Amino acid sequence: MLEFSIMADALPSLLKGAGLTGRLAVLILLLGMTIAVPLAYARNAQSIWLHGPAKIYILVVRGVPSLLQVFIVYYGLGQLSFVRSSVLWPVLRDPFWCVIIALGLNSAAYTAEIVAGALRMVPKGLLEASQALGLSWFQTQRKVAIPLAVRAALPAYESEIILTIKATSLASTITLLDLTGAARLEVSNTFAPYEVFLTAGAIYFCITTSLSWLLRRFEERLSTDHRTGERSAKKLQPVLPALTNH
Amino acid sequence: MTADWVSGYGLQLLWGVVTTLSVTLMALIIGTVFGISLGAVKIYGAKPFRYSAEVYTALVRGVPDLIIIYLIYFGGTVALTKLTGRYVDINGFAAGVASLAFIFAAYASDIFRGAIKQVPRGQFDAAHALGLSRRAAFLRIILPQAWRLALPGFGNLAIILIKQTSLISVIGLEELLRASSVISGATRQPFLVYSVTAILYLIMTSFASWGFRHARIWSNRGFA
Repeated sequence: MLEFSIMADALPSLLKGAGLTGRLAVLILLLGMTIAVPLAYARNAQSIWLHGPAKIYILVVRGVPSLLQVFIVYYGLGQLSFVRSSVLWPVLRDPFWCVIIALGLNSAAYTAEIVAGALRMVPKGLLEASQALGLSWFQTQRKVAIPLAVRAALPAYESEIILTIKATSLASTITLLDLTGAARLEVSNTFAPYEVFLTAGAIYFCITTSLSWLLRRFEERLSTDHRTGERSAKKLQPVLPALTNH
Repeated sequence: MTADWVSGYGLQLLWGVVTTLSVTLMALIIGTVFGISLGAVKIYGAKPFRYSAEVYTALVRGVPDLIIIYLIYFGGTVALTKLTGRYVDINGFAAGVASLAFIFAAYASDIFRGAIKQVPRGQFDAAHALGLSRRAAFLRIILPQAWRLALPGFGNLAIILIKQTSLISVIGLEELLRASSVISGATRQPFLVYSVTAILYLIMTSFASWGFRHARIWSNRGFA
């Protein structure tokens, strides 16, 4: 029933789209992380002037569909005359940068929540001990809190990465030819939605699945949890006697 | 201008809210039933069924929602046209509800699986000893206890579902986001219209999260 020739014909343009999907995801995650770290510190701060705005930002961004956020940046900002006359207008007119800004700001809110939670999990005694040893606040964060927080944040951040890759498909709604956009174009040329969308779905699946497998490996390497050690020791068991025979 | 807002556009937005809420509710009901069944299959099912359920969840997790929606909408149109021999236009509402329910079920199944597994195994055995069938034991003993444990994750998914309905705008169903796109085209004031829409979504999601918080407190009464 499926026509494989259509799938094969669509593959080059879909893979080209996948390249754009990858570029978008990397830039969105970079922008998101850059904003998320200060946002997380603001959210955990004592002062209401810091944690108030941070919490409101996170609440608003997480309470509104990301597609609407893309539309606000792409279609909405053009209505404001001060935006149109600003130096940033060439950037804000470009759908590529609009998606990165909208989804980057979106990812920042989710990532900030992850980072803030991870920072709160760092035992207070460790921070007090570092201060007692004469480390400055900056040194304490850089040498003690952040390395521990990274491990705690990794499982949740891993799913944020996968969700971001999936979210880049929204770029197709504002004319970009990412993997989803390329698939739509192919469908309008071939009228074969099954073949094309299944192929596109398969490409997405390969990307997300292999990436989450890689990230889990990375997470296991970083982990200090003794249970994962046991697990990998068990996995090694059949190999170990063979090794000792050499 | 103000009169336009109150009479025409305001009503159109409100109708969008109603459509969004009905899509959410329908997908929530269908998705929950399907999700519980999938979760039960993942625990009690025979191996081939269990693996199919796992593959299904992995596929939904690994593919963007938009692709699933397109696949069901355009794919469904082509399939029905081939089956019936004449052009069939699939109802956007039905396609939207179906695709969102499919997606919801995949995520919900893992939440229900976790919750069902947390209910002590002895409950099942005790129900069995009292003469309840497996089905009755599951529906009357296990599920009511699992609900309480599933509620936090379920609430999160339901709130995500409200936001996901915006994706159906791509297949032309006039839910809230589609309505606001139409209005911003007509008024040429996209920033204003989309901001109002954002507030409407924020009200819906905040209200839902408030409701689920209270449901959680209520369901935990009597537990430490």
